[in-house]
Amino acid sequence: MSYSSYPSYEPPVVPGGGFASWDTPTAAWVTAPARATVTPPRSGGHLLDVRDLRIEFSSRDGVARVVNGVSFHVDPGETLAILGESGSGKSVTAQAVMGILDTPPAVVRGGQVLFAGEDLLTVAPERRRQVRGQEIAMVFQDALSALNPVFPVGWQITEALRSRRGINKADARRRAVELMDMVQIPAASQRVDDYPHQFSGGMRQRVMIAMALAMRPKVLIADEPTTALDVTVQAQIMDLLATLRAELEMALILITHDLGVVADVADRITVMYAGRVVEQADVHTLYAAPAHPYTRGLLASVPRLDHRGHGLHSIAGTPPNPAAVPDGCPFHPRCPYAQQMCRMTEPPLMRIGRMDRTSACHFPPEALDARIA
Amino acid sequence: MPVLPEPILRVENAVKHYPISRGVVLPKKVGAVKAVDGVSFELRPGETLGLVGESGCGKSTLAKLLMRLESSTAGRAYLKGHDLFRMRAGDLRRLRRSMQMVMQDPYTSLNPRMTVADIVGEPFDIHPDAAPKGNRDAAVRDLLAQVGLSPEHANRYPHQFSGGQRQRIGIARALALRPDVIICDEPVSALDVSVQAQVVNLLERLQDELGLAYIFIAHDLSVVRHISDRIAVMYLGRIVETGTSDQVYLRPTHPYTQALLSAVPVPDPTARHRRQIIRLVGDVPSPADPPSGCRFRTRCWKAQPRCASEEPPLSQRAVDPHPSACHYAELHQVIA
Repeated sequence: MSYSSYPSYEPPVVPGGGFASWDTPTAAWVTAPARATVTPPRSGGHLLDVRDLRIEFSSRDGVARVVNGVSFHVDPGETLAILGESGSGKSVTAQAVMGILDTPPAVVRGGQVLFAGEDLLTVAPERRRQVRGQEIAMVFQDALSALNPVFPVGWQITEALRSRRGINKADARRRAVELMDMVQIPAASQRVDDYPHQFSGGMRQRVMIAMALAMRPKVLIADEPTTALDVTVQAQIMDLLATLRAELEMALILITHDLGVVADVADRITVMYAGRVVEQADVHTLYAAPAHPYTRGLLASVPRLDHRGHGLHSIAGTPPNPAAVPDGCPFHPRCPYAQQMCRMTEPPLMRIGRMDRTSACHFPPEALDARIA
Repeated sequence: MPVLPEPILRVENAVKHYPISRGVVLPKKVGAVKAVDGVSFELRPGETLGLVGESGCGKSTLAKLLMRLESSTAGRAYLKGHDLFRMRAGDLRRLRRSMQMVMQDPYTSLNPRMTVADIVGEPFDIHPDAAPKGNRDAAVRDLLAQVGLSPEHANRYPHQFSGGQRQRIGIARALALRPDVIICDEPVSALDVSVQAQVVNLLERLQDELGLAYIFIAHDLSVVRHISDRIAVMYLGRIVETGTSDQVYLRPTHPYTQALLSAVPVPDPTARHRRQIIRLVGDVPSPADPPSGCRFRTRCWKAQPRCASEEPPLSQRAVDPHPSACHYAELHQVIA
């Protein structure tokens, strides 16, 4: 997707000239960035290109718009991190891309999931089945519940190979050992017939990765792959994912809430809040100069090993309930910069500067900086 | 030289072994899971001791021992001079007022059928002589206000609150009896980053206001660094290194501490290539059958024959004046 299609920040025009006052929003302020919904260009070109995805859940309490116009893309050999807190819609987005969303209760209301130019949301179920697992594979957070306790791990790793490629049992066993070697499980040939409970948490996660890679997918989605693991094991698994991504030229989508992990491995970052993308940037830009107030608050509230001080910065309030997202900008009740217009108008994703960088805030970063000073 | 205040809690050689038995009709003890295997430390009034280590290192078992939710196998613990592990039920109940606990999971640690007022006020039912004379509702309202909840929420149920608010309810409950020590077992690990900071700040403010001492158990080393005055690093039921926060984080001498610190992801992409990560191979051995000698030797890159035969004591090493349980303790700076 070309970012040139995003509207860019226009300097606020105030009747009579001069700079707009932050505290007295004028009509010009409210209307300046007109509600320009991002309309992505037709020309694709990305390996996986998700455009304006919209997903709702219906429940007794009403309709929850859990994913509300989410767009991102990823190319071979690249790591995209989707960063968000619980309820931000990041996992539901991943499930929709993978095609494992439970419908109902979920309903896909719009958007496209283009894999090599083909919209997976409209293809025949048979084709969808081919893509799932073979082209796009997924690693889940909780390896213990994602693995079947009553089958040996080798059997599970090659299940897809046997059913899809029809390889025989002996070949499958040999492939399982190769795959377990690839994810660096020691003594793979002896452990191929072991059951999931005989493995430690880190080793189980490796089994999951081996299973996901059995069909050599082009896109690997890892949903919180290390959240349940200790830091020393987490470092091993993240290393492994990075190595495999480079070796196999995969596109890796890492879904996480951990800003530390993201800083270590991601190339680009998509920050989600309340079912929307609030900021997209390359990893260095995002950490050095976050544009959206939510990203700024999030980065400031992370306790750091190399800093010590009294009082952490915190974001007031809590993330909104997906069934009752505030009007206007969904972040405005927690935002220290919020103005009248933020309560009324939802800001679209807008391009910042010339870089491949967008933020869904009415105010450009320089204006936010000026507010602090 | 300032005189250090007397420790409020002193733990000497605490041990908890869970027996492994075989046989249904005539069970026979065949071994033991050595969850906590000889832990000693002191806690002074108003200070925070951070207890860190990977899962299975015994830090939560230690918390349960101190609360007497588990009975100890051996060792002693003195709370305000009273022998905690050998105390009888009636005395223990009175002593428990001085030490309270905040649990990890704010979803399962609050009774869903009780209102917030009942949850926060329940300690007063158990300890009638510590309950406020007269208006109990007012006391509950004060507690809620103290943890940053609106007193109007008193009649709501836990499910009406978010995770961070529920953790505040748990903290209010722990504060009800005006304890001197609060054991916080992973109090923020179930919370989102933006909410986690609020709860950490609340704990710090309450400490300043009420002079509380905390034992802060967590696997997130960054949070522990932020809140703790002193740190104890645990591995397989033992403390392997302890000292002030700066000593342990800036001048670690035990290889396990160094590896643990180096593995913590730093939220700064420019550190990616500068950072040297010590990659530990393998997993933590089973606490039912810990390695001989030094327990860390099976994963240690510095291990020598001596490490298998001789267990290194937790003692002051020449390289830096804080205790470390390594024969070959060396300074290795991990954090820039």
